Amino acid sequence: MITLKVNGQDHQVDADPDTPLLYVLRNDLELNAAKFGCGLGQCGSCTVIVDGKAVQSCVTPLVLLAGKQVTTLEGLGTLAAPAPIQRAFIEEQAAQCGYCIAGMMMRAQALLMRNPKPTDAQIRAELEPNLCRCGTHMRILRAVHRAARLMDTADAASDRSVR
Amino acid sequence: MARRLRIITGIAAVVLVAGAAAGFGVAWRPSIAAIAPPRPDTFNPDLVKRGRDLAAIGNCSTCHTVRGGGNYAGGLPVPTPFGTVFSSNITPDAATGIGSWPEAAFVRAMRSGVSRDGRHLYPTFPYDHFTNVSDADDRALYAFLMTRQPVSASPPANQLSFPFNFRPLITGWKLLYFHGGDVPSNVAKGAEWNRGAYLVEGLAHCGACHTPRNALGAERVNAQFAGGEVDNWHAYALNDTSHAPVRWTADALYAYLRHGWQADHGTARGPMAEVVSNLASVPDSDVRAIAAYMADISGAPAPDGKRPADAVAQSPPAVAAQADPAGAAIYAAACASCHESKRPLPYGGVDLALSTAVTSPDPRNLANIVLAGVGAVEGERSPIMPGFAASIDDVQMAALLNYLRVRFGKRPAWNDLDKAVRDARAAQAVSVAAREAPAESSQRGKP
Repeated sequence: MITLKVNGQDHQVDADPDTPLLYVLRNDLELNAAKFGCGLGQCGSCTVIVDGKAVQSCVTPLVLLAGKQVTTLEGLGTLAAPAPIQRAFIEEQAAQCGYCIAGMMMRAQALLMRNPKPTDAQIRAELEPNLCRCGTHMRILRAVHRAARLMDTADAASDRSVR
Repeated sequence: MARRLRIITGIAAVVLVAGAAAGFGVAWRPSIAAIAPPRPDTFNPDLVKRGRDLAAIGNCSTCHTVRGGGNYAGGLPVPTPFGTVFSSNITPDAATGIGSWPEAAFVRAMRSGVSRDGRHLYPTFPYDHFTNVSDADDRALYAFLMTRQPVSASPPANQLSFPFNFRPLITGWKLLYFHGGDVPSNVAKGAEWNRGAYLVEGLAHCGACHTPRNALGAERVNAQFAGGEVDNWHAYALNDTSHAPVRWTADALYAYLRHGWQADHGTARGPMAEVVSNLASVPDSDVRAIAAYMADISGAPAPDGKRPADAVAQSPPAVAAQADPAGAAIYAAACASCHESKRPLPYGGVDLALSTAVTSPDPRNLANIVLAGVGAVEGERSPIMPGFAASIDDVQMAALLNYLRVRFGKRPAWNDLDKAVRDARAAQAVSVAAREAPAESSQRGKP
């Protein structure tokens, strides 16, 4: 058994240390926001946050995660109480098929946590590893800018759950 | 301490020599009169095209272009042991570039490292190699550069410590280390070899990175191609001291330079990836010539004709795992599924027993690659690897590197892996910051 810290809770997981984090999140913990895209760390749809940094969970084995905090999209907010990043993506209608969007939000969240007011160039550079085949990039960019503004306002500064 | 002493001794020597040289009037170079920038349509298009290929071989854009700046507009900080030198604007802008330079001034700068106004140029501009470039090729390069888009941009002032900020000192440096002239041809070696020698020793300036430098930043003549360093990357030894597990052949070098990877050796990363990217537009014959010459420099291939897989030994996995169990666990979980997939490059990972990054005396390249990964190259069938910077911590990194060295390197363990990991992290942070700079859509990513 391996102890895995996800969204603030310890989970006992019956898995080999070389199991990719993504498999455990989806199959064992039923946290299905992170998606399986390429399985090679090349598309970003599996992105989650580990100790504050955006990580591609499909190429991150459990052995690297001992003692580290994993945050998934489910850990940021809920349907009833979406986090600023989620609100922003809804308000900008940034999803088309939506497959990449959970990963986009997690990487954007990691950026906004270390840089609350990123420039357009910084957002583009940060999101470069995440692919979107529908072509909603301009809406995604707007959504990240909107999230930065939302996080800046007092009523939306609810986002304390990310570790 | 020894290094500092060496530098101080060196400084004293240069000061003395510079003084003597100044006395003999060697320091003085005349200014060449400025001209109005020549119109682009006054240059022969064929000459411009030849200049373009030559500029690619010379890797000019790597130092003279920064992300967010115009092509060839300069401003790249080049760190040296003596401070930071910023690359100059070589667009035909009259005020801030070389637009007012007549052809003779450009040829003089290439041949002897002197600016149009007569000032000596710092040898970060590798005129110790460019002096070997023929006047005809210099004229083609001039035609190419003078037909680029002029960009008004002045690089930041150099940040050099005393006494290196005193430009006349360069006279002394040149007297000691600069030998102008052409690459002597060797009739016994054939046309391809001689073409390769001309390019490698001249415009391509391979030794600028691959030859170690002395205390005053000059390439050590008795250690040519023995391995140097650039931007926290180790530029591997290319002579017979190469640590490549399989000896390089001309064909392997050609494939590596043409595609950026070669199955028996690995993938070009860091500054070498830019070299390969620039070579993409260069004719096959020149890439073959470079490969033929370099293969000769590195010695003849092993005569027994062993297949690379047979030539390479590795420690039994169990023995290596005993040496570093934590590293073994990480390798098995994060690396083996690609690197032991037996899928040939570029679809599988390189067999790490073939990787010079693992057998090299310097662990930095391996650390850099584990952290940053290998990005897909646009339009190329090239190897990819995810970077682990965000998910692997420093202790895990050191364990992994140690294991790889024992298992696949079969060389003495690396010392001070903690420092190598810290340096690689710092270099990664710099590269991420560079990516975040505002970029024109036409700009390549740097570094």
